[in-house]
Amino acid sequence: MADTTSSAIAVSPALAKPRVDLLIEQLARRSESIAIPVGAIIVGLAIFSVFLLCLGKSPVDFLSLMYKGGFGSSFSLENSLTRASPLLLTALCVALPARLGLVVIGGEGAVVLGGVAAAAVGVPMLGLPYVLVIGAMGIAGMAAGGVWIGIVGALRHYRGVNETIASLLMAYVGIALMNHFVEGPLRDPASLNKPSTYPIGKDYMIGNIPGMDVHWGLVAGIVACIASWVLIEKTTWGFAARISGGNVRAAQIQGLAVGPLIVGFTALAGAFAGLAGMIEVGAVQGDANASLAAGYGYTGILVAFLARHNPLAIMPVALLLGGIDAAGGLVQRRMGLPDATVLVLEGMLFIVILFSETLYGRFKLFNPDLWLRNRQ
Amino acid sequence: MTGKLLLSRRQLLKASAAGAALGVGATLWPRGAFADTPLTVGFIYVGPKDDYGYNQSHAEAAAAVKSMPGITVVEEENVPETTDVVKTMESMINLDGASLIFPTSFGYFDPFMLDTAKKYPDVQFRHCGGLWTDKDPANTGSYFGYIGLGQYLNGIVAGHMTKSKKLGFVAAKPIPQVLENINSFLLGARTVDPTITVQTIFTGEWSLAVKEAEATNALADQGVDVVTMHVDSPKVVVQTAAGRGLYVCGYHANQSALAPDKYLTGAEWNWTKPYTDFINAKLAGQPLGQFVRGGIPEGFVKMSPLGPAVTPEAKKQFDATLADINAAKGDYAVIKGPLKDNTGKEVVPAGMVYPETAIELESMDYLLDGVIGSTS
Repeated sequence: MADTTSSAIAVSPALAKPRVDLLIEQLARRSESIAIPVGAIIVGLAIFSVFLLCLGKSPVDFLSLMYKGGFGSSFSLENSLTRASPLLLTALCVALPARLGLVVIGGEGAVVLGGVAAAAVGVPMLGLPYVLVIGAMGIAGMAAGGVWIGIVGALRHYRGVNETIASLLMAYVGIALMNHFVEGPLRDPASLNKPSTYPIGKDYMIGNIPGMDVHWGLVAGIVACIASWVLIEKTTWGFAARISGGNVRAAQIQGLAVGPLIVGFTALAGAFAGLAGMIEVGAVQGDANASLAAGYGYTGILVAFLARHNPLAIMPVALLLGGIDAAGGLVQRRMGLPDATVLVLEGMLFIVILFSETLYGRFKLFNPDLWLRNRQ
Repeated sequence: MTGKLLLSRRQLLKASAAGAALGVGATLWPRGAFADTPLTVGFIYVGPKDDYGYNQSHAEAAAAVKSMPGITVVEEENVPETTDVVKTMESMINLDGASLIFPTSFGYFDPFMLDTAKKYPDVQFRHCGGLWTDKDPANTGSYFGYIGLGQYLNGIVAGHMTKSKKLGFVAAKPIPQVLENINSFLLGARTVDPTITVQTIFTGEWSLAVKEAEATNALADQGVDVVTMHVDSPKVVVQTAAGRGLYVCGYHANQSALAPDKYLTGAEWNWTKPYTDFINAKLAGQPLGQFVRGGIPEGFVKMSPLGPAVTPEAKKQFDATLADINAAKGDYAVIKGPLKDNTGKEVVPAGMVYPETAIELESMDYLLDGVIGSTS
């Protein structure tokens, strides 16, 4: 909101100026939201390099391994994209409620329940047409995730329960429920030492994008991110949600239906996480089992915060974290560093980027109005 | 004009820094550093390498393999049972040149290892868990150990050392392997005193430190005075039990360093044996085994050295039984009918004898009379 008003004011004096200056000023304004996160990432890497030097390891080796393992070849890029796919959806589970001012961190519960629901619905339907089975699994996964996080939104609005705590605790309940179903009512008796549901079978698996070693979940995630951006930025619902996020009282005075908005957005957020679980079952695991709780819901929190809850920004950030994860293995193998190294890096980036939030509007560089003042 | 100047200077700095980072990364990378050795072997672990448990047992063997001439070992820890493990295997093949890979966690097998093996027919894959059948790709195989008799020997020592006649077992999930260990532990103890009971607590997860500590404390509160376990990382159970003054029998790896006075003995994997066999076969150009199994006589399983607290009577029976097991070469049986489960149902009829290799033991779903606890 603040951006649009300030640029609107700036337009009138700018009209008199030559076109080149105008372009430069627009570029300067736009570049703030890119330059600050990029600068923060560089600072984070610099701090991490000091950490590596303390361990007696070379930061140059580390960075070149990061590049090689995450982005340096088509194999590495596909590796990163595969890891980014579920993060796109689980990050939306955090970003959408965040636009309403809610901090939902329990997407993991929606992921695992989405996966279980997808398997529960898909397995009895085997033999029916492919599209029907996959469609039903998708709907089931989204419904399960949507209900799970929707409950969090409803508890928040109608009963005043803190959504952060509720969603986190419900994630544990969700994982316990998954274990119950997978080890109990839905268990394939043949899955002796790793309790799982019946498999959906190779014929019903979601395949790879043609020409790439990345499954269709990536496309689903990208579509979901773009759709969420349109929803938030270009529709009246999104506008109403942003108003509620800014000030609930003001929104209520305007006559906005805050309750349905909160429940609707949290349910949609949960549905995306549930879809991530369904894709894990449909494209990766082939059945629902305890491996569904692989931490995608928690990494999604990091992605959403790094992307400042902007659905479009989620895409590059998810790719970056996917790349860090992908390169993490190479770093372990070549440098003899423990797996936790990449977690330390992610933690440092997270802190530096959160800190960089306080820097917006503080640089003259990105604020052409201040340049004008200097000139006069 | 200040603004413009600032802009260009900063941009120059940023651009040159980024360029330098990329340039240095590309030139300093040691190309082909891993390509000169005759054999690169990849090991993949589901948890940390230093967990005092399952993963450490593999990492210790990998360390032994590393000292073999001409062998390069690449390792990766904390790899989840998702597409992550596929990407790790591919990364080891594509970036490190690995031609023999050991994915050591049960859940890596289907679909992850099987799919990767189809894609890379020139690479050999050997999975820990004994799931291989002749329908699987020709370049795959599995290896596993029979460790039930190790828990039987644990039970003999525990049976001698207990005063309360109550033993404790902290177990992860009620799957056949775990149940066989619990029953074997009981049968070992009952060779000393047929009134001994084994109180069993299932934590529900392979690695859940808080619940494992709670379970151990609960066992201590109930008067149990010797504890053993089947969880991925026995560290918490060993330390908690020793802290409460209980004796401990270990599992997976040697945990005596965690409780030198209270550690009696332990059933350990000796993966060095299958790993060196596979690697020697590969170096000699001979076919690698595809369904490799062994127990104590074959050197796949070993016992920790007896601790200082173990009494001479316990040592005598332990040594004698161990000698019998070795002499029987796989025919030593402890699951012998008639046996009843702890609900009174006959589970092994009179006259039936199951040595550790018996296929019937692989679908075990009962706890014997004398075990206090329930599989559901």
